[in-house]
Amino acid sequence: MLRFTIRRLAWAVPTLLLVTFLVYVALRLGTDPLQSYLRTNPRASKEKIEQYKSVNGLSSNYVLGYFHWLKNFVTFNWPRSIKGSREVWPELKDAMANTIRLGTFATVVGVSIGLFVGMFAALKPGSRRDVAVNTGAFLGVSIPPYITAVLFQLVFAVYWSRWFGKTLFPTSGVYPPGHIGFNLVLMLKHMALPMMVVAIQVIATYSRYMRSSLLDVMNSDFMRTARSKGISERQVLLKHGVRNALIPVVTIAALDIGSIIGGLIISENIFAYPGMGLYFLDSFTNGDFPLLMPWMVLVVASTLMFNLIADVSYAFLDPRIRLD
Amino acid sequence: MSEIILSIRDLRVTFDTPLGPLEAVRGVDLDVHAGEMMGVVGESGSGKSVTFLAAMGLLPHQAKVSGSVMLNGQEMLGASNKVLRNMRGGLMSMIFQDPLSALNPVHRVGDQIVEMLKAHQPKMGDKDAAKRAVELLDIVGIPQAAERAHQYPHEFSGGMRQRVVIAIAIANNPKVLIADEPTTALDVTVQAQILEVIERVQKSFGTAVVLITHDLGVIARVADRVNVMYAGCNVEKGGVDSLFDHPSHPYTRGLLASLPHEGVERLTPIIGFPPNMLTPPPGCGFAPRCSHATDACLASLPSLRTFGDLETACIRAEELVVKAGLS
Amino acid sequence: MTEFATISPKRMAMRRFLSHKAAVGSCVLLAIMVVAVILAPISARYGVNESVRKPPNTFLPPQKLAWFGTDDIGRDLYSRLIYGIRVSLIIGLFTAVISTVIGCVVGAVAGFRGGRFDDVVMRVTDLFLAFPFLVALLVIRNTMGSIGWLTAIIGDKSSVRFIVFLLAFFGWMGVARIVRGQVLALKEREFIEAARAVGATRRYIVRHHLLPNSIGPIMVSLSFAVVGAITAESTLAFFGYGPQAGDGATSLGILVGAAKGAVQTGYWWIAVFPCFALVLISLAINFIGDALRDATDPRLDRGE
Repeated sequence: MLRFTIRRLAWAVPTLLLVTFLVYVALRLGTDPLQSYLRTNPRASKEKIEQYKSVNGLSSNYVLGYFHWLKNFVTFNWPRSIKGSREVWPELKDAMANTIRLGTFATVVGVSIGLFVGMFAALKPGSRRDVAVNTGAFLGVSIPPYITAVLFQLVFAVYWSRWFGKTLFPTSGVYPPGHIGFNLVLMLKHMALPMMVVAIQVIATYSRYMRSSLLDVMNSDFMRTARSKGISERQVLLKHGVRNALIPVVTIAALDIGSIIGGLIISENIFAYPGMGLYFLDSFTNGDFPLLMPWMVLVVASTLMFNLIADVSYAFLDPRIRLD
Repeated sequence: MSEIILSIRDLRVTFDTPLGPLEAVRGVDLDVHAGEMMGVVGESGSGKSVTFLAAMGLLPHQAKVSGSVMLNGQEMLGASNKVLRNMRGGLMSMIFQDPLSALNPVHRVGDQIVEMLKAHQPKMGDKDAAKRAVELLDIVGIPQAAERAHQYPHEFSGGMRQRVVIAIAIANNPKVLIADEPTTALDVTVQAQILEVIERVQKSFGTAVVLITHDLGVIARVADRVNVMYAGCNVEKGGVDSLFDHPSHPYTRGLLASLPHEGVERLTPIIGFPPNMLTPPPGCGFAPRCSHATDACLASLPSLRTFGDLETACIRAEELVVKAGLS
Repeated sequence: MTEFATISPKRMAMRRFLSHKAAVGSCVLLAIMVVAVILAPISARYGVNESVRKPPNTFLPPQKLAWFGTDDIGRDLYSRLIYGIRVSLIIGLFTAVISTVIGCVVGAVAGFRGGRFDDVVMRVTDLFLAFPFLVALLVIRNTMGSIGWLTAIIGDKSSVRFIVFLLAFFGWMGVARIVRGQVLALKEREFIEAARAVGATRRYIVRHHLLPNSIGPIMVSLSFAVVGAITAESTLAFFGYGPQAGDGATSLGILVGAAKGAVQTGYWWIAVFPCFALVLISLAINFIGDALRDATDPRLDRGE
């Protein structure tokens, strides 16, 4: 398995380069960095324009331009943003931290509850609790997340204070405006609503996965063998049933985690939470190429890395898949 | 005759299906003596597997089971979960047809044996259990047992896997081993090997073996006594030699006649199909297909009775012997 | 002599499907919706861009004049909803069909031939599917919209045609994976071996054996593709990137997008009715997809 990991890591580098190249092309075509720059700085001098083009690798040949950009990127010679001429890394770093916090929390909570609920339902298929879980999960999956988000916002921003006189969960930002420094309670309070929106989706999805996987396993012959050994029902369930049922679920979870870093756009937008999603939306709307490229590199790298983790964990959990 | 270890009386199993109740087992009586090899023969749907799954308590909850199953003098039907768990793997074990799916794919083979050992001998230490697991693998004929104990089921061939399954089943020296079609899914050459392993285990451990199969050849080779089942009932019982020599029930005769043997140019199958157990016939289950059936046969379900050195459920057994001049 | 009732697999699947009451209800609901939407000029009470009456006509709550109330320029929400659902259903259907056709072809070839092609397809779809969806959607939308010759064929990036192709660009991958999986599973079955033994060509096998036996999963993924497309379109519209067909034409997504603002202002009908419609459609199609999945690949998970 070590060989497999090393081989995949070796492949990861050219894959990363290829994908970032494609992203570079897509962004150049899609956001037209030159136009964006000229729009913001209509009176820029010729030298300034040339300098801008050079730092961002915007030569007319896309391949050459890409490598030019790449050189600047890896030497940490990152150009400033188009709008406001801001340094990229501080903002990106904060955005990343915020999203990782929100995403990890929501995913951990969501997956744990989801797995547990799915198991709960699969133990008595067709029973009332199974039907309840199924219906709930179904609803959770069918209602688009932005609707739940808007709903939450409605309830907590508008109606809660109307009914109860004070705000329970704030509906925007990481901290109240003007707050400086680290405060765990305030942070959690602000994270609560977007976290719940994400968690609902996660719980719905993973309870369905787990239920379906566990039901498949429960009907397997080796479960009968396990029972015929006379071990306790709990052991049969956990050591044999769940252990096997987890295999496909864990793989999917690894992939999902990889997409968190760029994937919470909707919640962040509705709750004005300054994470990677909001960063992307703002930069994208402004066509801010220098802000977008580093963001993309992070997201692509994360996706590739978790793809690898998913494959490796699959092999780790299922000895039948031993990759050469 | 040695003592009776497993005694089944009037066992009835009915399944609750969406299409109505399905009577899989309709009043089965049988005894298994200590150390003997008992064969149970029947085709698919005869209820042979269900009978013993019921005895082990391994049927799903939609199954309604009634009657009596006495193992070592203790009643198993309706017993508490603790008693049942003690029994399974301790006093009585079962191995199944498909070795490829019977083993948990993510646990090592040695660990699966250890799990069985520890379930019934909780005081056994890890090292001792591991050692015993290797010994068991050796007993069932797995070469290089010590290394192979660390491997996973998918690294074994079908025949080897079945040996592992047997090793697990005999780990705690059960009094009864139920083998449900253990060779059906295997190649013919491997079949012989597995039967040999089972026989060896039986002789050296003194375990009673219930060998469920539809293959008469297997029965002829290893069984001491035979139970023939059809449509959820026991239709004939007896010692293997007697049964093969002078079968009394038309079904058994049909089975034997359908085997290829010397001098026979065309095979004679038993015409017709087994009955639909959702709506079983009121009389003898075999009557609709039997060329000797009378109205009395079709009217009511006959029970087993002594007939010479056999037990038979055919009400016309005497007449048919005379008629055909069979010995 | 006993008799055995014989039912063809298709009929058994149909029976299983019909036993799912929610799915049957959803079919009825969707049928009603489709009819209402097709008969739009009749079933809608006003034109899509028509004011309910002379001012004051903005933000009227639901009443006899306007069943679902009016929007910010006095148009009847009920009528707009009908036209909007029509657009969204069209988008969903066309996208799903195109995705499924492409996905079936690619998936069947990848599964059947294996080898390099299969590896590449798997890798590419792996990455695409793992990448955050909305980000990819937005970026590709802009990129595709900037390629001159492309927009000449599939329309400008605010057109319905463009959205269909954009969503299909993403949609085929999921279908391809499902079909590939099915083909892989079937490939080893004996009836395929038998077909090969009597000399059937590969194309024949794919067309007459593999694809017909994959109808189940294909239908299931088709239904989920429809929901996916409708949801994706509505998400795009929510952020303002949806179809802008001009003349006040609308889609479900645009109507739901207006819900964002309505939250603060208390004009609840602007949010409630479109959202409700969207959720209802999603649920209905999901129910149908789920029932189809159970009908074509039944499992013992209903306590039987």
